[in-house]
Amino acid sequence: MSEEDWLRQDRLPHIFCAGCGNGTVINCTLSAVEQIGWKRQETVFVSGIGCSSRAPGYISTDSLHTTHGRALAFATGIKLANPQLNIVVFTGDGDLAAIGGNHFIHACRRNIDLTVVCLNNMIYGMTGGQGSPTTPMGGLSTTTPYGSGEPAFDLCGLATAAGANYVARWTSYHVRELTRAILTGLENPGFSFIESLVQCPTNYGRRNRFKQVADQIEYFKSHTILVEKAARMREKGEMIPPEMILAGEFVRRNRPALGVRP
Amino acid sequence: MTRTEFMQGNTACAEGALAAGCRFFGGYPITPSTEIAEHMALRLPKMGGVFIQMEDEIASIAAVIGASWTGAMAMTATSGPGFSLMMENIGYAVMTETPCVIVNVQRGGPSTGQPTLSAQGDMLQCRFGSHGDYSVIALSPASVQEMFDLTVEAFNLAERFRSPVFLMADEIIGHMRERVIIPDHVPSNQRKPYEPGSLPFRAGEDLVPGFPAFGKGYGVHVTGLTHDERGYPCATSPKLHEDLVKRLVGKVEGARGSITSCDILNPDAEVVFVSYGAPSRTVQQVLHDHPDDNIGHLRLKMVWPFAEMVLARFTNAEAFIVPEQNLGQIAREIERHTDKDVVTVPKLGGDLHTPGELYAIVENLK
Repeated sequence: MSEEDWLRQDRLPHIFCAGCGNGTVINCTLSAVEQIGWKRQETVFVSGIGCSSRAPGYISTDSLHTTHGRALAFATGIKLANPQLNIVVFTGDGDLAAIGGNHFIHACRRNIDLTVVCLNNMIYGMTGGQGSPTTPMGGLSTTTPYGSGEPAFDLCGLATAAGANYVARWTSYHVRELTRAILTGLENPGFSFIESLVQCPTNYGRRNRFKQVADQIEYFKSHTILVEKAARMREKGEMIPPEMILAGEFVRRNRPALGVRP
Repeated sequence: MTRTEFMQGNTACAEGALAAGCRFFGGYPITPSTEIAEHMALRLPKMGGVFIQMEDEIASIAAVIGASWTGAMAMTATSGPGFSLMMENIGYAVMTETPCVIVNVQRGGPSTGQPTLSAQGDMLQCRFGSHGDYSVIALSPASVQEMFDLTVEAFNLAERFRSPVFLMADEIIGHMRERVIIPDHVPSNQRKPYEPGSLPFRAGEDLVPGFPAFGKGYGVHVTGLTHDERGYPCATSPKLHEDLVKRLVGKVEGARGSITSCDILNPDAEVVFVSYGAPSRTVQQVLHDHPDDNIGHLRLKMVWPFAEMVLARFTNAEAFIVPEQNLGQIAREIERHTDKDVVTVPKLGGDLHTPGELYAIVENLK
């Protein structure tokens, strides 16, 4: 099988905008699922509401496209009722960190055996570009027309503090690293959280100095700093500029987990 | 072996669920329903089932719906504030045709209201609380025995109609202790399986599609968006949306005459009490104290869908007296279906009507 065999061909073309980063992350995820060798009939994709949450609709396994913010609660029910099923949750920054924030921290605390791929475009794309909990300070959106005045959430920090077994962050530029991180998440028992920053040219990029699709991808490339390097810099007392994106693996551990296949 | 026990209404509800085959409970503590969760937490693990206390009621009903898609019979139990939180996902269960049972042991509202006292104020919320047009099934127990029996019935109806089914109890029945006869076996109605080669949301004459459980290789897509028979989103076709919503409503409303459940006493009476839940007990006391063929009683065990045809069974009825622990929610529904007098007897605050209060109304009408 190849990644293409995991797609519902009869549902294409998809609804994502030209230049959207979601396709890249979906491809990385399917590549990881393919590499781990999961069977389609034993795999379920779950999502909430938003651009990223449309992904399961294009994947040929059983899939549950749920209500806004609640994907993790639905996935918890599926996994506990049938631990034999492998579950991947696609979510976005608004879905996971705003309306679904409570479910997020409790799923991490329970350390339930799910792999969560968060496509963080720093904006509400589906509704036309409103500010989200991960819109950076000063970021422009239709609801932050003078620049966001709120600090953004560090989703990986949140997942780590709340107890997830595996936490990593990459971007849509880092295709190989992201695929490897998702694969590690799939292999790791317990709650695995992989955040990927994705470009949103339609609603984020064009309002925030990224005139071309490639500009934001270039930005991801030039503004990521590995967690190991950041740690070394901190040891030396060096400042890490606030706009830098920390990328890599934040935690890999073996806390007691829920719903692991017997 | 059939056994007789003395137990609380909420415990009887949990036992009824287990007898019916419920193997998943997702819930959140809330007075006066908590004993159901506590009893399930005690009993389910020993029966190979799953109990999970979720982070709130939104998550509870979500987990129940997720579990149901693996084929499990699943339920939650709550009261007013939690019921309000569940509304969006209840609509999701309707739209995705997910069998599940939701118990509401009603307490005084609005808002936090009277957590420990009885009410029936959520009867219309249960029918209309989620957005959009839809129809649901709701049962209302008036004894501890019915907490058991109607919970079993709720599961059977949920499985048959692929719909959320409500057990609309109240604090009085939930916390009452009575003798319950628990049979060895209860009637069991499993959801109709999906036939490979069909489409996951294609229904036959009964308007209920076969259930394509997750993990069987069907590759079914389930969405709360308006969807075609394949389950694929198609939110822009007026015709598709209209057909889908009319089927979802029709599968329940079309069956209301055949599935309705009620007790009828003195069908030739001119004055007829209509009740459900705890107030039924006061009406029964009135009829016990004043045996009179001219006082009738229609006791609804199934409140929704409202089967208006049962009103016509009282051919000589001049007036329907409707005592409720609310300001007249089901009385309004009865008014819609009859040209006879409908006397609303509201009661708020947690107390039941007294037999004297109700008999005085009969005397006045004579």
